[in-house]
Amino acid sequence: MSPSRPPRVAAIAVPLLFAAIAALQMRIDSRSSSIAQASQELLVRSPSAIKKMSLGYDSLVADIYWTRAVQYYGARFATKGATFPLLWPLLDITSTLDPKMIVAYRFGAVFLSESGSAGAGRPDLAVELVERGIAANPDEWRLDMDLGFLYYWRLRDYRSSASAFLAGSKKPHAPPWLEIMAARVAQKGGSLETSRMIWSEIYESNKDPKIRERAYQTLRGLKAEEDETEIDQLAEEYQKRFGHLARSLGELRSAGLLLAIPLDPDGYPYLLGADGKAALDPRSSVTIPKEIQTPPTPVRQK
Amino acid sequence: MSTPAIEILGLTKDYPVGFWRKRMRRSLDDLSLTVEDGEIFGFLGPNGAGKTTTLKLLTGLIFPTCGTARIRGRSIDDIDMHRQIGYLPEQPYFYDYLTARELLDYYARFSPSSAIERRGRIAHLLERVGLASAADVQLRKYSKGMLQRVGIAQAILDDPQVLLLDEPMSGLDPVGRREVRDIIVELRKQGRTIFFSTHILSDAEMLCDRVAILAGGKLQGVGAPGEIMSLEVHAMDILFELPAGQDVPPALSENVTKIGARCRVEVPESELYAALDQLRRSQARLLSISPIRPTLEDYFLRLVQDEKPRPNQAEVTVR
Amino acid sequence: MSRAPVPVAVNTFREAIRDRVLYNLIFFALLMIGAAILVGQISIGIDRLVIVNLGLSAISLIGLVMAIFIGVGLVSKEMERRTLYSLLARPIRRWEFLLGKYGGLLLTLVVNTGFMTLGLAAALFYVSGPFVRTDALILVAVYFILLALAVVTALALFFSCFSSPMLSTLFTLGIYLTGCFAGDIREFGDLTQSQGMKLMSRVVYYLVPNFHNFNVIAAAAHGESIPLSLVGENTLYAALYVALLLVAASAVFSSRNLK
Repeated sequence: MSPSRPPRVAAIAVPLLFAAIAALQMRIDSRSSSIAQASQELLVRSPSAIKKMSLGYDSLVADIYWTRAVQYYGARFATKGATFPLLWPLLDITSTLDPKMIVAYRFGAVFLSESGSAGAGRPDLAVELVERGIAANPDEWRLDMDLGFLYYWRLRDYRSSASAFLAGSKKPHAPPWLEIMAARVAQKGGSLETSRMIWSEIYESNKDPKIRERAYQTLRGLKAEEDETEIDQLAEEYQKRFGHLARSLGELRSAGLLLAIPLDPDGYPYLLGADGKAALDPRSSVTIPKEIQTPPTPVRQK
Repeated sequence: MSTPAIEILGLTKDYPVGFWRKRMRRSLDDLSLTVEDGEIFGFLGPNGAGKTTTLKLLTGLIFPTCGTARIRGRSIDDIDMHRQIGYLPEQPYFYDYLTARELLDYYARFSPSSAIERRGRIAHLLERVGLASAADVQLRKYSKGMLQRVGIAQAILDDPQVLLLDEPMSGLDPVGRREVRDIIVELRKQGRTIFFSTHILSDAEMLCDRVAILAGGKLQGVGAPGEIMSLEVHAMDILFELPAGQDVPPALSENVTKIGARCRVEVPESELYAALDQLRRSQARLLSISPIRPTLEDYFLRLVQDEKPRPNQAEVTVR
Repeated sequence: MSRAPVPVAVNTFREAIRDRVLYNLIFFALLMIGAAILVGQISIGIDRLVIVNLGLSAISLIGLVMAIFIGVGLVSKEMERRTLYSLLARPIRRWEFLLGKYGGLLLTLVVNTGFMTLGLAAALFYVSGPFVRTDALILVAVYFILLALAVVTALALFFSCFSSPMLSTLFTLGIYLTGCFAGDIREFGDLTQSQGMKLMSRVVYYLVPNFHNFNVIAAAAHGESIPLSLVGENTLYAALYVALLLVAASAVFSSRNLK
């Protein structure tokens, strides 16, 4: 038979069939609401069982689980009402298979402890993970910093936080500011300035884009928090002078208390609420971190 | 004039050689040939001359680089062409988990026939190629010669008009060779055309109406066997046995080699009858007399050597 | 279309039988018997679950091994042993030959899988008594396994047309595994920053056969319902993909010189 005929048929049929297959796949996918939700189940939960099954390729299997953990988080992150029940098991397995994988501990430190739709809301598990990391990697000061951050920011345990920072400052290559941080936390407990310093260091010392993005957003929130505190003070000043609440920031400016209307980190002007307190424009993407909206509680005694 | 059985028009085949397939090696170069209906046509040439390539091109197993061919007027691209041919591959090999009967039954299913027809025809064929007693043995237990017989049987299975046989006599013992020759002659009597390749001169001589000679992928000549090849005989080979107590005639004794009770002597053709007279006087029993001729290999070697300085030398008569 | 593929398919099936391919059934039977006896002693309450999971996984795995290892030899073995010469000189088109080969192996797989399903049913009956309605889901799962095997066989046949059995095995296995994780690859691409990676992962996702579609073993074991539309969609999906591969294989094989 002629050799040229089937190739010619194929040249037309193959692209058409591929198109039909892709269309069908889209149809199948559209019904199972989200592929991310459908594809997630953890068949074997026990890290030691997985370690045995990985036949010596522990670190390779660890890489796979690490990738799964990141994908698991990434696929759910920022969806409304998202929960992360598998984040801990995945990180637990990863760090058991490869205890030297620093990035997994650091990821866990931020996203296991984060609450709401941004994390698992389990600071206790985050502390357990990071402590395990420190035990396995005693020379890694960044993990001590993460532990200090966890105690400071999530648990408001300033004494444990200070001692974590101090422990980190004694390790090789630790930056000098770690010691300063330890002193500050021990002395002043929670303050906006300390929070900002810690988050800046988290931003600087991490390479993971997800962690950096989280830190960046928190820093913007902290900046807004700082601005609002200042505006609140000016509004109080206004009330003292004129005997009534200011209705807008414009009134503060007319009174000479403000040179210009200040803008939040997203570029929207701050508003003044009916209660005379500063507020964010509803369109602004900045959110003020929940953890410090209430004044810092006193140092928790252990 | 009737349609020729096979018309080959400028068939050329290049094979890529080397790992990266950069260079091409020409294994058949611009072959043109016509085989008339009802002929037995021999396709002669040393190993690597392009005989098998030609047969594979004709059966559609490989595709020509350029040129074309027609079998009984149908292009080799045409699926219906395959209904006209029977093909015996070189050193055939078949599914070894089948018996000969099963194999033939399998192949028979590609042409329209009823089960009863098939059964009768296959039994007849197995008888004809001498495999009736081994018909139900798996082919993995077959010898090379038996496989060759199966190959012949499957080639003539559908009673095709044109037979393309690649080295049909190879791997067979003398009895087998004669049987195959008989089959070929009989097929011609039934009006079939037989195109077969061989590198054995005597096969071609005995059977062929015409032969073509191929060397280095190029056609060297086409014609009746006698026209094509120098059939000059250098010497005669005599094999005989002497009765007990008789000595070898003194005139011959110089050249005789003894193999047990048998003697072999080589004499020039001109002295044949003189030698025979002497043997008769000695009451010798003649076993065989055969001419000693240059082998085809010698002939090809000469062709190829001659060809080198002058590529298109017409040493052979072209019809 | 001629009937030429039919004898080729029958002969391919016969070859598999004579090569004692069905001996794997003994292994499967022993596995099922062992599991049926042991499961009652070890686990309480999940006997049925374990038998279904184990049985379906074994059916899938044994089928996969057969489809790949026989599939990669379908064409290359005939070329290597030159059994093709006397066949293709006959009035049969090359694509008809491929179709026959494919059909023969598929028939082998269907018969083999059928026997294994009977074995699974027997083990299930032994462990948990009379069948219930949700047991029909096992048949759906087996059907989906066969669909996946149909695609794997076509993949193996396709590669077999132009590469050695060894390489074909690697290619087929590689695509099978990629196809099993197609969803993950797409998710991974969606999470990266690079647009190029995103596009690449999408292309891979829609190009490779998505074997995830066919995996309902867990659902069948838990007696969860499988939407009827998925049965239709998967059937169509497998049919399209097999057609695609057979057309491509024919294109490659039809222009091959059989040296």
